[in-house]
Amino acid sequence: MILKMDNICKSYFRGKNEVPVLHDICLSVEKGDYLAIMGPSGSGKTTLMNILGCLDKPSSGVYRLEGENVAAKKDNALAELRNKYIGFVFQSFYLMPSMSALDNVALPLMYAGVPKKERLERAREALRGVGLAERMKFLPNQLSGGQCQRVAIARAMAGRPALLLADEPTGALDTASGEQIMDLFDEINARGSTIIMITHEPAIAARAKTVCHIRDGRLSVPGEEVR
Amino acid sequence: MLGNIHQAFLGIWHHKLRSFLTMLGIIIGIAAIITIVSTIKGTNDQIKENLIGSGNNVVVVSLHQGDYQMDLSEGQNLADVSVITEETRQRLEELDGVVAVALFRQRQWNAQVYYRGTEYNGYTYGIDEHYFPVYGYHLCYGRDFQPEDRDENRKVAVLDAQAVSSIFPGENAVGKTLEIKGEPFTVIGVVERSSKFRPVIESMQDYYMYADDSSGSVFLTEQGWEIAFGYDEPQNAAVKAESTDAMTTAGKSVADHLSAKQIRNSKENNLSYKSEDLLQQAEQLQTMSDSTNKLLIWIAAISLLVGGIGVMNIMLVSVSERTHEIGLKKALGAKRRRILGQFLTEASVLTSLGGLLGILGGIGLAKLLSKAMDTPTAISVPAIIVAAAFSIMIGLIFGLLPATKAARMNPIDALRRD
Ligand SMILES: Nc1ncnc2c1ncn2[C@@H]1O[C@H](COP(=O)(O)OP(=O)(O)OP(=O)(O)O)[C@@H](O)[C@H]1O
Ligand SMILES: [Mg+2]
Repeated sequence: MILKMDNICKSYFRGKNEVPVLHDICLSVEKGDYLAIMGPSGSGKTTLMNILGCLDKPSSGVYRLEGENVAAKKDNALAELRNKYIGFVFQSFYLMPSMSALDNVALPLMYAGVPKKERLERAREALRGVGLAERMKFLPNQLSGGQCQRVAIARAMAGRPALLLADEPTGALDTASGEQIMDLFDEINARGSTIIMITHEPAIAARAKTVCHIRDGRLSVPGEEVR
Repeated sequence: MLGNIHQAFLGIWHHKLRSFLTMLGIIIGIAAIITIVSTIKGTNDQIKENLIGSGNNVVVVSLHQGDYQMDLSEGQNLADVSVITEETRQRLEELDGVVAVALFRQRQWNAQVYYRGTEYNGYTYGIDEHYFPVYGYHLCYGRDFQPEDRDENRKVAVLDAQAVSSIFPGENAVGKTLEIKGEPFTVIGVVERSSKFRPVIESMQDYYMYADDSSGSVFLTEQGWEIAFGYDEPQNAAVKAESTDAMTTAGKSVADHLSAKQIRNSKENNLSYKSEDLLQQAEQLQTMSDSTNKLLIWIAAISLLVGGIGVMNIMLVSVSERTHEIGLKKALGAKRRRILGQFLTEASVLTSLGGLLGILGGIGLAKLLSKAMDTPTAISVPAIIVAAAFSIMIGLIFGLLPATKAARMNPIDALRRD
């Protein structure tokens, strides 16, 4: 088991008002799973994703990632956890505009303390893996949206994380580039990586092995409704 | 670290104008400090040089009554003070720290030196053959005193360049005849000191006393002096010390030796030989000129403070402009130290670049100032090092708050903001 969430709740404070966003989320993900989370806007998908990605802490409940208790960790320890176990793919790519594709991909490896030569080699390999062998020296603004997202995927996978988290990875792309991204995800999943993906589009969600729905902060996982 | 510095330069280059305007406070502050310190140092060096005589390390030992130098302008010979013999002079040269000793007598007022009915107002000296070497005079033209001049009691005089220009403006002095106390003296040569005398702090009377040599010097032999001014007058000793630092002790030991050997009944007469402590006087003058410049240093420091606050401000702007970048880096696993280091590096690269420009500007300004106002400047290397270190420090200090803010940023807040 890669991760396990038990009764995760998250609320935000607006002034003195407590606004609950997530209610009693329970979720377990096994190695090799490919999960899609669907839900209407404002239902708490990104909030859940942030907690899954150790970017944010739950208000209550227990979250274990690779056996580690996330809630107990501090800022720096969380950074280490993210670096080690999680690859992120964001809707709007979030590449460093001043860095080449190669340097972007090598960035998390630098934080992991991989020596320069090895990290460039691994970054090259990751870029080859997403079909961008020809574009390593390009800056993000010299690449198309689909190419940028592939660079982002290469960056997410370069550190060989246990878990790939994607928040609307095709949201900013046309159908054709979206298809390419989904093909890449299939490939990555086929090689044994675990993927959790947020999406609006049923066609995209259909490519996952499991589709969960979130509504008003409550998650329903197929096969577990009875519980 | 090197990557950070490289990134910082790229960032600064990307915002050229903004970075330059931010650096301006630092540039001005550092330039002002470098200029002021260079001017102070130049002035101090000049004071020291003028007072001490540029590496000649000569200290004068003269007869004092109480704390005051004995006024001998009436030509008294004091029964209780005996003339210093050659044997004693040689003994003095063997004292610790003493290299050479010259003996001389001196008048400033009432010397009655005339040329064609016009009185000359400078110094007149009766000197032995050691005087010129001790003070570092060299011959410009004509000839120096020869042994025959002394042996045959020839009435001859050597002038320095200032005396020539005040007595014989525009004329060749050699061969001319001066009237000293009614006796005719022939000018045989002109000498000059290797170091130039130039007053710097004109407001200080003390300084004038030592630096105002503008009316010059007329030199006679000891024998010539006796013809004009009378016999057995007490001498002064010009003591050349081993080093500038040895001047005080060398002067003092010569003075003590002379006081003990040459003066009878020194208690009742309240007479003694004393050395003028030029080094001490130079230091006093320096602290005076320093304090007048302290104010300027404070102004420069305030300018640096303002510059530092400007840097802090622009770094805060830079941090909020780059929330995305920071959020992303943190999401990808960058720890606080790394973000902190990035922004501290950027701030200190910014300020040290400003410091560098300030140092260059300050050196340029000091040079310009010394040209325009004819004041001496000396570029102080320690000041440059301190200024460079200081500008890096300003970056670290004023960059700390923005950098901490960046390092503490919550990655989701940073990523969410669009
Ligand atoms: N920092 C915050 N402070 C207060 N409320 C927040 C904060 N972040 C999210 N929320 C609220 O939590 C709810 C869920 O937000 P979230 O971003 O998770 O929705 P989402 O499912 O990702 O929506 P979308 O599909 O539009 O991206 C929203 O009502 C939002 O207003
Ligand atoms: Mg969202």
